[in-house]
Amino acid sequence: MSDLRELYQEVILDHSRNPRNFGRLENANHEADGNNPLCGDQITLFVRTEDGMVIDISFEGSGCAISTASASLMTEALKGKSIEDAQELFEQFHGMVTGDPMRESQSAQSMGKLSVLAGVREFPVRVKCASLAWHTFKAAIEEAVEPVSTE
Amino acid sequence: MNRTAFDPHDVRGDFPILSRRIHGTPLVYLDSAATSQKPKRVLDTLATFYETSNANVHRAIHHLGEEATAAYEGAREILCRFIGAGDPTCCIFVKNTTEGLNLVANSWGRSHLQPGDEIVLTEMEHHSNIVPWQLVAQERGAKIRYVPITSDGLLDMEAFAGLLTNRTRIVGVAHASNVLGTINPVAEIARIAHDAGAIVVADGAQSVPHMPVDVTTLDVDFMAFSSHKMCGPTGAGMLYGRKELLEEMPPFLGGGDMIERVSKEGTTFAKLPYKFEAGTPDIAEVVAMGAAAEYLSDLGLDVIHTYETELVDYALEQISTLEGVRIFGPREGRASLVSFSFEKIHPHDLSEFLNQDSIAVRAGHHCTHILHDVLGVPATTRASFAFYNTFEEIDLLVRSCRKAIDFFS
Repeated sequence: MSDLRELYQEVILDHSRNPRNFGRLENANHEADGNNPLCGDQITLFVRTEDGMVIDISFEGSGCAISTASASLMTEALKGKSIEDAQELFEQFHGMVTGDPMRESQSAQSMGKLSVLAGVREFPVRVKCASLAWHTFKAAIEEAVEPVSTE
Repeated sequence: MNRTAFDPHDVRGDFPILSRRIHGTPLVYLDSAATSQKPKRVLDTLATFYETSNANVHRAIHHLGEEATAAYEGAREILCRFIGAGDPTCCIFVKNTTEGLNLVANSWGRSHLQPGDEIVLTEMEHHSNIVPWQLVAQERGAKIRYVPITSDGLLDMEAFAGLLTNRTRIVGVAHASNVLGTINPVAEIARIAHDAGAIVVADGAQSVPHMPVDVTTLDVDFMAFSSHKMCGPTGAGMLYGRKELLEEMPPFLGGGDMIERVSKEGTTFAKLPYKFEAGTPDIAEVVAMGAAAEYLSDLGLDVIHTYETELVDYALEQISTLEGVRIFGPREGRASLVSFSFEKIHPHDLSEFLNQDSIAVRAGHHCTHILHDVLGVPATTRASFAFYNTFEEIDLLVRSCRKAIDFFS
């Protein structure tokens, strides 16, 4: 049995109780909605980019501890990164939470604080919760018209 | 508390899965509203059918074909008695409640609804009694109105009466809500709807397995329910329909079994109920659904309902002692489930936590987005009970919730 403490590490509980970069970003130039219809997680992501850089990023919505913490940690990780680096981090993060060795191999060290979410891979139904914010970020950057769904 | 003589321990042995241990701990299954567990008698019926009588129904002129047909039609008669339908030809086998409701929407709805006609649904309907109507309403230019719920989670009957107009054609209502547990006054709703010239389509998914249901007394025009929520297998369900309506309705699905004669010029259709049973049905599952109905009848639906009411009353009492809990639905007169939420714990996290103690509950919106919007919560946790659940299991649920509250706050 996987220990719940592996899933709900202190950092995750902290970010879910006190999410960072929470709220609407008034001068955002990218925005996207994401839904996890299975459990009702809902997120709106706001991004301000300039010259290929993520200058500012925030989110609103409601969700479980995993999805809220993941969104919070993602905003911290992406702020100040180039869009290119952010997209690469998306791939690495996805590899980490799904346990996909192809995507994961280059990453292990570079994930920093995001690595607290690695425990999610032992809880397959929660992978969607952890990756919702990231899919929504991708949609925001790529100007997707349809809201993101993890279904 | 004075409890009935019914002892769940007498029946738990009938359900092989209830002796499972998960993470080394005995399973506490509190998700019967999603799907019930199956007694040995039902499982044996499935296996025996395939081992001894398997053949296609209605056509084969050989011994097995006759046996299979007799078993299949026998199940129809059992289920007809089970819901007090009176006439087995009004009892159509479908895949599940959803398919039954889609059948009514597509067949009756598309052939009767005119632009400007109105469909009245309730805010507590499952998506299966909303989406088929939205689809047909959009196609036919009909409007949908929703009966609001009161703060106690009951239907606002005054508002309901006010919503009915001379354009109302259909009233769709859940007999029992899968989130609030509310048991709706379907007989009264049918009387009011009929006075207004509308037909009533009842979703019996959460009522038929748990209490005596008599479609004749309720006077509904249609009622759909699923095998898998009443101790039967998945893949089978039933739609009851009033004969005069079924007879003049066009078929829903076309194909084998539902025809009388096919020619290049066109097709004449089989009589009821076969007009609505195109293709090879889920024969073994239907036969086992009959066995499930017999199993429940042998226990007694009134006994089941009385015991489950005691369970849910106890659950309400115990869950309400939890710090910061919000319980949805009426305090009494309800089906055997409790949906609840906490300000600081998302239902998904709570159910993950309960799962560590081998307690299975459901977390989410339970296919009721509209209701959750009305309640103002994105999701709830639902514990649902069957007669095989015990008071001790409710104690375990509450104890585990207490631990979760400590963990997450």
